[in-house]
Amino acid sequence: MATAVVLLIVTAAGYSVATNRAFQWPVVAQYMFDAEILKGLQRTLELTLAAMVIGLVLGTVLALFRLSHNKLLSSISWAYVWFFRSVPVLVQLIFWYNFGALYSVITLHMPFGPVLFSISTNTLITPLFAAMAGLGLAQSAYTAEVIRAGIVSVPPGQMRAALALGMRRMMIYRRIILPQAMRVIIPPVGNEVISMVKNTSLVSVIAMAELLYTAQLIYSRTYETIPLLIVASLWYLIIVSVLSVGQYFLERKFRQR
Amino acid sequence: MTEPMLKIRGLHKSYGARPVLCGVDLDVPAGTVLCIIGPSGSGKSTLLSCVNHLEPFDAGRLWVGGELVGYRERHGWLYELHERDVARMRQGIGMVFQQFNLFPHMTALQNIIEAPVHVKRVPRTQATARAMTLLERVGLGGKHDRYPAQLSGGEQQRVAIARALAMDPKLMLFDEPTSALDPELVGEVLAVMQDLARSGMTMVVVTHELGFAREVGDHLIFMDGGVIVEQGDPRTVLAAPKERRTQDFLSKVL
Repeated sequence: MATAVVLLIVTAAGYSVATNRAFQWPVVAQYMFDAEILKGLQRTLELTLAAMVIGLVLGTVLALFRLSHNKLLSSISWAYVWFFRSVPVLVQLIFWYNFGALYSVITLHMPFGPVLFSISTNTLITPLFAAMAGLGLAQSAYTAEVIRAGIVSVPPGQMRAALALGMRRMMIYRRIILPQAMRVIIPPVGNEVISMVKNTSLVSVIAMAELLYTAQLIYSRTYETIPLLIVASLWYLIIVSVLSVGQYFLERKFRQR
Repeated sequence: MTEPMLKIRGLHKSYGARPVLCGVDLDVPAGTVLCIIGPSGSGKSTLLSCVNHLEPFDAGRLWVGGELVGYRERHGWLYELHERDVARMRQGIGMVFQQFNLFPHMTALQNIIEAPVHVKRVPRTQATARAMTLLERVGLGGKHDRYPAQLSGGEQQRVAIARALAMDPKLMLFDEPTSALDPELVGEVLAVMQDLARSGMTMVVVTHELGFAREVGDHLIFMDGGVIVEQGDPRTVLAAPKERRTQDFLSKVL
């Protein structure tokens, strides 16, 4: 009975979506592989990749800091995670975009010595830079926690055994601890990559021409709002589906033998 | 008289307010096997961990092969060594753990060549050839491509021994190497250790295997409450313990 009701509703909805002319499916088809849209799609993928790389590298450093016996390092890491997880990413992005208001010129100079390098903040912090910094730094705070949990999940005997063989800490983390922590780290990071694909749409507020903003640019010209939003949604659906398949295989590879 | 391979003088250590080692003195001549027995919490495993500086200690001195372990002495003060120097010192001391602690993401062979290749920079082909010989020696020829999870406890512990030997240590430490094993697997590990002792390796073995201590040990110490209560020839101590605490312990174990 329930199945029949659900089936009926789904069929009705599907029929309505397919026949309602307001959806303008021909327009969707026309823009699906539009050069501008594809350029925006490329931007979205690049941003996702860049933000995740920043997030993973910085997140690993933060996790190691957090686990360090050095009180200063672990406090810095704690404060960083606290700050970047507490302030909404959207706010952070706008902040980075307006960084020029805080420091109009960025200079690198010797202590009390000559100026080596000076650049106007507005030249350095392009929308692309602001987008990567905003997304990457925020992501690193989340990734740090995931990586820390992964490292903690490796039994302490592994560290002792590696130390007893004469290995040094950095090498032990790289060759012994992190490869084992991956099993715990990969599934949540996979989810974060998928979230990041969608979070990149936030940078549309700082006029960065990724997928969503490109669609917005087009429909502000043509007033074909709904079909262009559908184009963007379809592309997000496709990317996330492909990534989910990738995540499945990656998880299988890192599963404990 | 030649310098002992391991020399310990006045070793003290406590975890917070709880003392675990209260003045341990010890000499292990090169080529001999020292067995340490005692109830749990007597400090015997901690003592072993101090020897390769996995645990720092509070007072005393400890030499391996005539070299001060973990610290540098200047004007009567001890300064903890840099990580690099501690790591170098540990290369000469092999350690085998109760829980084997093999690296689960590596095969038996990879476990054995990991440190020679990445720490000592031995060429991979050479390290591999040596590892194969060692696997043969511990009776595991042909199992080089198994992962730890595919091996029995006894086999894992023998790989762990081969892994330690691959660094050509001058001293081997065994921390209850058979305590985590099913009874029927204990013998194969003890046989490998006995073979190693015969080859002239200097060994310190924390164990509950009194038979092994009697057969293979050159010297036996009984520890309780962070001190050496009684020591001597294993056969003598085990057959006729003088101290009350040793008698109590042995009567419970046997």
